[in-house]
Amino acid sequence: MRAYRGAAPPENPPAAPPHAPGSSSALHVPTLERPVTQPRRALRRAIDEHVVEIVSDSGEGAQRCGQSFGAIAARSGLGIWTVEIIPAEIQPPARSVAGASGNRIRIASRPVTNGGDEVDLVVAFNEQVLRGRVEAGELRPGATILLESAWSNDRDPQIAREYAETREELVAHGYRVIDIPMDAESRKIVSDPRRGKNMFALGMLCLIYGLDLRLAREQIALTFGKKDQAVIDQNVRLLEAGWAWAERELDLRYELKAMPVTAPQVVMNGNTAIALGILASGMEICAMYPITPATSASHYLTEVFERVGGIVHQAEDEIAACAFAIGASYAGKCAVTITSGPGFSLKQEGIGLAVMTEIPLVVVDVQRGGPSTGQPTKPEQGDLLAAMFGAHGDAPKVVLAVSGIEDCFYAMITARKIAETFNTVVIVLSDGSLATAQQPIPRPAFSEEWLAPPVDQSPVPEGALPYDWDATTGLIRRWIPGQPGGMHTITGVAHDRAGHIAYDATSNEDGLRHRSLKLAALQRTLRCPSVFGGDDGDLLIVGWGSTKGAIEEAVERLRAEGRRVSSLHLGFIQPLPSGVGEILRRFRKVVTVEMAWADRPEDALIDEDNRRYSPLAMLLRSRFLVDVDCWTDVSGRPMRPGAIRDAMIDRLTSV
Amino acid sequence: MSAQLPPCLLWSPDDHRPLEEYQTGIPRWCVGCGDNAILAAVQRLCRDESLSPERTVFVSGIGCSSRLPHYMRAYGFHGTHGRALPIAEGVKMARPDLTVFVTTGDGDCLSIGAAHWLHALRYNMDLTVLLHDNHIYGLTKKQVSPTSPIGTRSNTTPKGSFLPPLNPLTVTLGVPNASFVAQAVDWIPEVLYQILSAAYRHKGTSFVRILQRCPEFMPGMFDPWVRDPSRTLLLRHEKALTLSPAVAATYRNQREHDPSDMNAAREIASVDDPIPVGILYHDPSAPRYEEIRNGGSVRTRETIRRGLEAELDRLTIWPEAPAAGA
Repeated sequence: MRAYRGAAPPENPPAAPPHAPGSSSALHVPTLERPVTQPRRALRRAIDEHVVEIVSDSGEGAQRCGQSFGAIAARSGLGIWTVEIIPAEIQPPARSVAGASGNRIRIASRPVTNGGDEVDLVVAFNEQVLRGRVEAGELRPGATILLESAWSNDRDPQIAREYAETREELVAHGYRVIDIPMDAESRKIVSDPRRGKNMFALGMLCLIYGLDLRLAREQIALTFGKKDQAVIDQNVRLLEAGWAWAERELDLRYELKAMPVTAPQVVMNGNTAIALGILASGMEICAMYPITPATSASHYLTEVFERVGGIVHQAEDEIAACAFAIGASYAGKCAVTITSGPGFSLKQEGIGLAVMTEIPLVVVDVQRGGPSTGQPTKPEQGDLLAAMFGAHGDAPKVVLAVSGIEDCFYAMITARKIAETFNTVVIVLSDGSLATAQQPIPRPAFSEEWLAPPVDQSPVPEGALPYDWDATTGLIRRWIPGQPGGMHTITGVAHDRAGHIAYDATSNEDGLRHRSLKLAALQRTLRCPSVFGGDDGDLLIVGWGSTKGAIEEAVERLRAEGRRVSSLHLGFIQPLPSGVGEILRRFRKVVTVEMAWADRPEDALIDEDNRRYSPLAMLLRSRFLVDVDCWTDVSGRPMRPGAIRDAMIDRLTSV
Repeated sequence: MSAQLPPCLLWSPDDHRPLEEYQTGIPRWCVGCGDNAILAAVQRLCRDESLSPERTVFVSGIGCSSRLPHYMRAYGFHGTHGRALPIAEGVKMARPDLTVFVTTGDGDCLSIGAAHWLHALRYNMDLTVLLHDNHIYGLTKKQVSPTSPIGTRSNTTPKGSFLPPLNPLTVTLGVPNASFVAQAVDWIPEVLYQILSAAYRHKGTSFVRILQRCPEFMPGMFDPWVRDPSRTLLLRHEKALTLSPAVAATYRNQREHDPSDMNAAREIASVDDPIPVGILYHDPSAPRYEEIRNGGSVRTRETIRRGLEAELDRLTIWPEAPAAGA
C-alpha cells in the first residue's frame, strides 16, 4: 500500500498532520467487541457538526443513501450541505481506488454554507474506494469508518487479502474501523444486497445521528414514489433493519441540536437552482450541448419545460448552441445557453457577435478544472478572465458570479433583466462545487416582476435609427423582427447608427464608446457588497463565486481566535461596484482566495516581475493599485474553511 | 399570430408592393457577379409572394454572398462565418411566424459551417437556404474552396488545388430528413426564379445550390456551360418545374424527373457535366423541428407561476418536522 498523502497543499501544513508516511499506529483505536445481545444504552454525545461520507462502487446506491440522509437531516431542522462524490468514469471497475461514488454530507446544528473540512464518519461499501478517499486526505485523523466486512471471507483470496491488509493499515493509521456485515444483514431481506444495503446504511446513520425513523420512512416513500408499493416496503424494511442492527450492535450515538424549521425551505443543488431560475426569469429558449458539470442544469430544465412550455435545444455543437440562442434572442425574448469551460471557449465567437450586434444573451459557465479537457468533474475558478476578456477585440459584457444555491436561482432572474435592459451579454459563473451541492434555502416567493415583458411588436417611429446610442448611457432600444418600420440588418461588422457597415474611424469609435458606456451605466446602479467581519483590520480576504461560505466560515474562526480578519465577496465582477478600492485600502493586507492557479512564490524562478497572480488578484491590482496578494487551491476539491484559516494564519504571521 | 391564419384570409390589395419595397442600398458586389442575379430573383420573389418586409428575416454568415441581407428591405442578421444556419434556426424556433431566408456561400456553408449544414438538413426547419456557390473564397481574395475543381490555382494553392471537390448535392441527399434539394445557375434567371419560388413555398428546409459566377477570381469558370446550352440538363416534372417555351427551346437537354424519387435524385446529383438544373428532391411531408418542438408557443404568466410552484412543491421541506436528537 502506498503511503497516504496528507490533506493539505505542501505550503500549508495543517496544524496536526493526519498521518505521515510510515507513522506508527500510536493512534490505534480498538474496534468494536463482538456483538452483545442487549441493545446498547449508549449515551448520545452532543456535537455541533459532523461531516459524513457514504462511498461505494458506482451503482450501489451510495448517492441515494447520502441524498436521503441529507434530506432527512434537513427536515429534522439541521443545517446541511451535501456534495456528490462522482468518479470520472461511468462504470469504473469494481473495487477501484479511483472509483468512489457517493455523497458527503455536512450536518450541523446551525445553517451551513459549505462542505466543511475533513470527514468525521464514513460508511464504505468496500475498502478500495475508501482507500481513494483516505489517500486524497479526505478523512480526519481518527475518523470513524463503518466498513463492509463481507470482503474478509471473499471467495477470491486476493480480495480477502487486500481487505485484510487495508483494514490493518487503516487501524494502524489511527482510524476507528468498525466492521459492519451490511451484505449479510441485507441478504436477509433482499436477494441482491448490492440493491439494498444503501438503505440498510441509511437506517444505521439515522440511528447514529438520532434522526426520526418516521421521517426516514417518509423520505423513502418520496424517493421511490414513482415505483410500486412493494419497492417502498422493501426499502423501508432495509432501513429498519439497519436501524435495529445499529441500535443493538453499535455504541455510536451523536446528538445535534436542531433549529426549529419555521418557514418552508427548498433543498436543491446549484444546477437545479439555475434551471428553476431560468424558468422564473421568463426565458423560454435554452440552447446547449452536453458538457460536464453543466449538463444536469439542462436536464432538469428540459424536465421542467416539458411541463411548463419552453424549449431546451440540444444543438450539434457549442458554437451552434450559442448561435441558436442569439438567433432566438434576436427574434424574441432573451435566450440562454449553458456550458462549461471547453464549451465556453467555443462560444466566445458568438459572445462577441452578441456584444457587437447588441443582442441580449445569458451564458452560464459552470466552471471545471482546465485548460482543455482538464478535470471535468472537479471544480475550479479558472474562467474569470476568459469570461471578461475572452472574445477578441473590445467586447464589454457583464460578468457575475454566484456564491451559493440561493444565488444560483436569483442570479438567473437578474441576468435576464440586465441582458434585456442593456442589450448585452451577461455571463453567469458557477462551478462544479455548486453544481451538485445541496443546501436548504428559503422557498422563493414568485413575483411577476421576475418575468420578461412580452416581445415588442409596436411600430418603429419614422426616422428612428436602430443604433441611436444614448450619449450618456450608451443604451439603444432594440427593434425586433415583426415591428413595422424597423427593418434593418444587424451585423457583426463595424456599423454606424443606421446599422450600416461602416469602416470609418468616427463610426467605429462611436460603437466602441457606447458599448463600453453601457457597463458604466450598469455600474452606477450597483451596490458595493458589505464587508463580512470588521470594517478594517490586519487582513481582508477577497473572494468571488462558490467559495463565499468557506471564506466566511474561515473568517469567523479567525475572528474567534482574536484575529482582525474580514472578507469581501464579489458578485458583480464586471462591472465592479464602486467602493471596493476604498475597502481594500482599509486593511493592512489584502489576499484573494480563489480556486485557480497562481504562481507559487517559493518556486525558484518566480519573483515579483514574473509571478502570475490569480485572476481576481490581477484584476484588483490593476484597477486599484493595491498590493493584493493571493492564495489559491487547485486541488479539485470544494474550498475548505480549515485550509483557508491555516493559509491566512500564515499570511498574518508574514505581515 | 398571423401565421396561424390561412394566407387567403390575410391577403388584401394593400399587400401588393412594388419591387422597390424590397430594395435598399446599392449592392457592392463586383460587376458581373452572380450574386446580383440572385438578389434580383429574391426581390422578385418577395414582391410576387407579397411578403411583408417586417415579417421577413434574411440571415447570413460571412462572405460576399452574406452581404445580401444588407440589400434587402427586410429584417436582416449578418452573423459570423459559418453560423448563419444555427442563428436562423434560433429565429425560427422563437418566431415560426416569420419568413426566414438564409444566404450563404461555399466557404461559409460547406467548410467552416459544414457541421451546421448537415444538422440543419436534419432539423428541417422552415428555412429557404440559398447556397451561392462560386467555387472560390472571394471576400478574402482568392483561396481554394471545398467546391473548387481539382487543380484550381489560388493564393493558397499556387500550383493547383490538391483534392477533388465536394459535391454539396450528393452530401445533402445523404442526410435523413432533407426535404427539398435543388440546383440553379445564375445565368438562367427565369429558372432560378422558378426554383426559388418552389423553395420558398416548400414547408421545411429548402436547400438551393446556385452556381454563381465570380468574374474577379474565377473568370471563365462556367463559360463552357454558359455558352453551350446542351451542357445543362434541365429537370422538368408536373410536380416540379414546368418550362416556358423560350427556356425549353434554348435548353433542349431535358429530363423528366419526379422529385419524390430519391434514387434518381442521387443519380442526377452525382453528375456535374452536364450541370443538372431543377428540383432534384422534394418531400413535403418531412417532419419539421419547430413544429415537433412546438416553437413559438405562448406561455402566460400564470403558466410560469404554476409551473414554478409545482417544482418548488416537489423540493420543499415544510416546517412541521419534529426536532432531531433522541
